[in-house]
Amino acid sequence: MERTNEMVLEFDSRSCNEGFARVAVAAFSTQLNPTLEEVADLKTAVSEAITNSIIHGYEQTVHKIRIECKIVCHDFYITVIDYGKGIEDVKKAMEPLFTTRPELERSGMGFAFMEAFMDEVVVVSKPGEGTQVHMKKTMGRPSHPFEE
Amino acid sequence: MRETFQVRDTILTVLVPKELDHHTAEEIRIGADRILERENIRCIRFDFRNTEFMDSSGIGVIMGRYKNIRLVGGRVSAAHVNGRVEKIMRMSGLLKFITVEQERSWETAGQKGGSYGAHE
Ligand SMILES: Nc1ncnc2c1ncn2[C@@H]1O[C@H](COP(=O)(O)OP(=O)(O)OP(=O)(O)O)[C@@H](O)[C@H]1O
Ligand SMILES: [Mg+2]
Repeated sequence: MERTNEMVLEFDSRSCNEGFARVAVAAFSTQLNPTLEEVADLKTAVSEAITNSIIHGYEQTVHKIRIECKIVCHDFYITVIDYGKGIEDVKKAMEPLFTTRPELERSGMGFAFMEAFMDEVVVVSKPGEGTQVHMKKTMGRPSHPFEE
Repeated sequence: MRETFQVRDTILTVLVPKELDHHTAEEIRIGADRILERENIRCIRFDFRNTEFMDSSGIGVIMGRYKNIRLVGGRVSAAHVNGRVEKIMRMSGLLKFITVEQERSWETAGQKGGSYGAHE
């Protein structure tokens, strides 16, 4: 049997929930025995994805954001989902410093941080249907010295 | 409790909260701009002594204030920045625009507020 553990979180796209969602995901990740740096990386990436759903996906109207987490051995998988506006050109959107909302003081660094702090980032999006950001990070030290 | 916004002469000091994200960045933006409109501010100093988390929203709110104050020839600096926050600032290119006051965190540890403002 694979050692897996899953968690799902769904909440309103209000900015006051950003801190809660980060902490919930970080708390779930602690069973991997991650370093402080790894938890900080995960929190930053989660925060970027959620903020994008609130600002860009739902354009600051209140709908649901869904977070799915899965642990498989030392791999942490997380998907952040919104059912909002979607992205026309994902490749372009992921370029550092690209933003469609400079007037809201966005600087186009969100995806760059996600890519820097996670091992894998895959964005699946369809205009009018929403966006899914799939991320993976291997974290934590093996709990047993002879493991791996 | 120290105030989030403090004005001394032409310096506005913003005490950045524990977590600087989209939610708290909005509060900082509104509060700081209200003061910038009313007072003659030439320097905005972001004090990160309490800050453990910052993401791109923090970059945005600092850059936004930089753009505003640059119009009147002012400048922006950051103090008590921890390693994590500095890394995020560096990656975003923000450090090209603002100065980080050099100080090791252990020099201020345990004397929170003690030497605050003494060199100003
Ligand atoms: N969930 C989403 N729904 C719709 N569009 C999105 C979503 N996430 C990102 N985008 C689009 O991709 C662009 C780039 O996103 P990214 O997070 O890199 O930068 P930003 O959000 O514009 O700025 P920053 O993250 O620095 O505040 C956004 O400007 C937006 O157009
Ligand atoms: Mg973003």
